Amino acid sequence: MRNLLVHYGTPLGAVTAADSVSFSLRAGERLGVVGESGSGKSTLALAILRMIKPPGRIDAGEVWLDGVNLLALSDEAMRQVRLARIALIPQGSMNSLNPVMRIKDQIADALRDHGLAPSRRQVEERVRELLESVGLRPEVADMFPHELSGGMKQRACIAIAISLRPRVIIADEPTSALDVVVQKQVMETLARVQKDLGASVILVGHDMGLMAQFVDRLGVMYAGRLIEVSPVRDIFTQPLHPYTEMLIASLPSLEQKGTFRGIPGLIPLLRDLPPGCAFHPRCPHAVDRCRAEEPRLREIRPAGWAACHLR
Amino acid sequence: MRADYLARRVGVFVLIVWLAATLNFFLPRLSGQDPVRATLLQQASLGGHVQTGLEAMVKEYERRFGLDRPLWKQYVTYLRDVSRFDFNYSISSYPRTVNSIIAEAIPWTVGLLGITTVLSFTIGTLLGALLAWPGAPRWMRLLMPPLWALHAIPFFLLGLILMYLLAFRMQLLPMFGGYTAGAFPGLTLTFVGDVIAHSILPALSIVLVATGGWALGMRGMMVTTQGEDYVTFAEAKGLRRLTIFLRYCVRNAILPQTTALALALGNILSGAVLVEVIFGYPGVGTILFHAIRENDHFLIQGIVFTVIVALGVATLILDVLYPLLDPRISYRRT
Amino acid sequence: MRSATAALHYVRRNISLAVGIVLLLALALFVGIGHLVVDTGKSRPLSAPAVRPPSAEHPFGTDRQGRDLLATMVAGTPLTLRIGFIAGFLGVGIGSLLGFVSAYYRGTVDTVIRGVVDIGLTVPGLLVLIIIAVSVKKGLTVDQMAIIVASLAWLNPARTIRAQVLSLRERGYVEVARLSGMSGPEIIVKELMPNLLPYLAATLVNAVSSAILASVGLEVLGLGPIDSPTLGMTLYWVNFNAALINGWWWWWSAPLAIILVVFLGLFFLTVGLDEIANPRLRRAV
Ligand SMILES: Nc1ncnc2c1ncn2[C@@H]1O[C@H](COP(=O)(O)OP(=O)(O)OP(=O)(O)O)[C@@H](O)[C@H]1O
Ligand code: SF4
Ligand SMILES: [Mg+2]
Repeated sequence: MRNLLVHYGTPLGAVTAADSVSFSLRAGERLGVVGESGSGKSTLALAILRMIKPPGRIDAGEVWLDGVNLLALSDEAMRQVRLARIALIPQGSMNSLNPVMRIKDQIADALRDHGLAPSRRQVEERVRELLESVGLRPEVADMFPHELSGGMKQRACIAIAISLRPRVIIADEPTSALDVVVQKQVMETLARVQKDLGASVILVGHDMGLMAQFVDRLGVMYAGRLIEVSPVRDIFTQPLHPYTEMLIASLPSLEQKGTFRGIPGLIPLLRDLPPGCAFHPRCPHAVDRCRAEEPRLREIRPAGWAACHLR
Repeated sequence: MRADYLARRVGVFVLIVWLAATLNFFLPRLSGQDPVRATLLQQASLGGHVQTGLEAMVKEYERRFGLDRPLWKQYVTYLRDVSRFDFNYSISSYPRTVNSIIAEAIPWTVGLLGITTVLSFTIGTLLGALLAWPGAPRWMRLLMPPLWALHAIPFFLLGLILMYLLAFRMQLLPMFGGYTAGAFPGLTLTFVGDVIAHSILPALSIVLVATGGWALGMRGMMVTTQGEDYVTFAEAKGLRRLTIFLRYCVRNAILPQTTALALALGNILSGAVLVEVIFGYPGVGTILFHAIRENDHFLIQGIVFTVIVALGVATLILDVLYPLLDPRISYRRT
Repeated sequence: MRSATAALHYVRRNISLAVGIVLLLALALFVGIGHLVVDTGKSRPLSAPAVRPPSAEHPFGTDRQGRDLLATMVAGTPLTLRIGFIAGFLGVGIGSLLGFVSAYYRGTVDTVIRGVVDIGLTVPGLLVLIIIAVSVKKGLTVDQMAIIVASLAWLNPARTIRAQVLSLRERGYVEVARLSGMSGPEIIVKELMPNLLPYLAATLVNAVSSAILASVGLEVLGLGPIDSPTLGMTLYWVNFNAALINGWWWWWSAPLAIILVVFLGLFFLTVGLDEIANPRLRRAV
């Protein structure tokens, strides 16, 4: 993925919610994306699937998957890519299931619209298989979403997401509404099915502790920009970007777990970003150059990328 | 279906009906004197060939609702009559009973409003859904302002305009009544044709106004639904646009519309009183109008009560059927 | 001055609001100028020759009882609006009070208020009003008419405001205020009111519009202030004298046009205000 640029036109002027975001993802890899609320994480996830809704618009960039640029595909071809190649578990998954359809029908319609027209028996079979693989009982197939607990709903979403064996699974804060125990179970389920499929995962979230346990590499977003991407071990021990540094420092020290509460200073308004490095008003190391010139994401040490002039 | 669910719904129904009866009984008595008695006495003193009957009626009324009886006894008597659907004779067209007058008017009103309500619901909901569909042709947006404007106009005003234009100026359609005066009511082709011709104008004024309301309501619900997480997920599932539209958006947006339809159907008897009055259509609204003019309290009370019972029945039916539409509402909970 | 131009800019983008304001302003101008140049005494019966089509002397014509219709409109429009505003204000006042109390204190109070409102809203309003109007003595005044209409006008505001306050509660406004030591009524006035102002405005306009509709309905049925030249009463006389079949088009077209302007104006005003209160709907316009 290269130089993704997404704008939201708002009544108050255009907002750049993702600017020159670039990264790559290897097969089977788990990439985490963290950032403060409003930093553009969900925008990024939706942009990969080309699901940005007006007033938003993808203005530039490329998303390459197995040699195909997704942004150049026709609408119909893009539709086929969704779920079949890239599956998204959207934010707010508590309401991600249609309240008036049975779970099995919500799996079946995905199969049907992707050109698979299996018989009724085959559908039932496949639904059972999928539910089983995410640890749900077969009876769930005939239930409605309101009859399921939060964790069960999330598992059902995962079941749908893997129903066409996608290459990439994007999970946008899949566990934020769940309590800790259920959170852990759901993440284990996700990890297991990912391994079975050999798919890559992009996990979006706030919870650094969860990230530390789950992902291989971690990307940090700030004001619509990816400002650091490093292997997760390195990020916790030697963060490259001053923002990441402050983020790590602000974590409760208990095994570096817990949700980060942010750092001093105000989150910048995306429609009114400071010139130069967007982080400079809050950065303790800021120099003149930071106020004038925007830093680019560079490889600073093997596999360690950051966007900061001082590195 | 659980028995206690049904019992609770029936309970609400009885409560509404009881409230209506109580209102009917106490409101006229609030002013201190009983206007029913006043009208009765006045009518009986006018004399005429029905006088003896009316006098008997006054006597009977005094016996049951006389001032010498305590209020609560009168109230109990009244409730008993009402529960038997006994609304007494019509004061203005004695010796006809209130029941027979209402019974004659009901088919007209139910026919006119039943058809127009279902028609405008169907057209309006379809339009509203299409208006919210991203794939809809551009010109459809031009329909919005006129729909809005029509929707803001009361039925009977549009009725007046249509009547003037189509019936008075162009003489395309008959102006008044439910059928041509002097025609012999029966199930003949000419009579049915006559009735239809007379119904077109009142029906048109209702449909034109009501369709806009249904369309706007549906469109609003569609917009809300399209912002729901399950629609985002449906898109992420790579579903076809049509599948998302029909099975995710429309399917959910139609639920509140259906509730509103049931209520509108329940309101059928009083839904267009003024349209009936303007067109002299022989339905419940028109007899209500005449009853008001003639101070026929028994008839007025009978109509009000009947209308509210009809409404209660419709709500009851809705409550019983709704869980079939929306799995979240089960018979077990509330 | 700057805020005035800003407001003007906003109104230009909120087309419904603009249309509503323009329509109502036009009506106000008509009434205002009318009161200056027309003798409203001519709205009484027998002050002009009967049933004359529009002429230089009687621009809107005259009716069968010898009222000058221009004078009748100038005198009657404010009366009809008066009924609407009195009933609307009473309704929104009482209704929002109940709505606030219901949503703020919840519990039994809420259950009772909500139950009454729910049942009240199911029962067809016009019928209840008819029963009330038939029960009180004949010869209503305009203000009594307003009170009768107001007796049901509080139901809808109560429900709307209750829902809004509940949603504000959920967003934590109340908790924060309570933690900072405010009392119940203080929270209602200082914290909730300002947030609800656009809703209150939209609800008020809505209530005024419904009240006018109800009053015109009652009047056309003959249950209005029989001696006052309100718009609804004029339509009652139109119907009473079968003006339409008799071809006296001027008699009904003037009140009809004015009522249309009133309803359309109020309707677009509500839509415009809704848009302010509820920016999510912006997409819907
Ligand atoms: N529909 C929209 N209209 C206008 N601006 C929007 C819209 N959706 C998002 N934005 C803007 O894009 C920015 C990024 O939003 P996004 O939802 O991607 O943030 P996020 O990082 O996912 O936050 P969170 O952690 O709260 O989920 C926001 O700051 C917001 O200003
Ligand atoms: S570029 Fe400058 S301001 Fe930005 S993070 Fe680096 S040091 Fe701080
Ligand atoms: Mg997000």
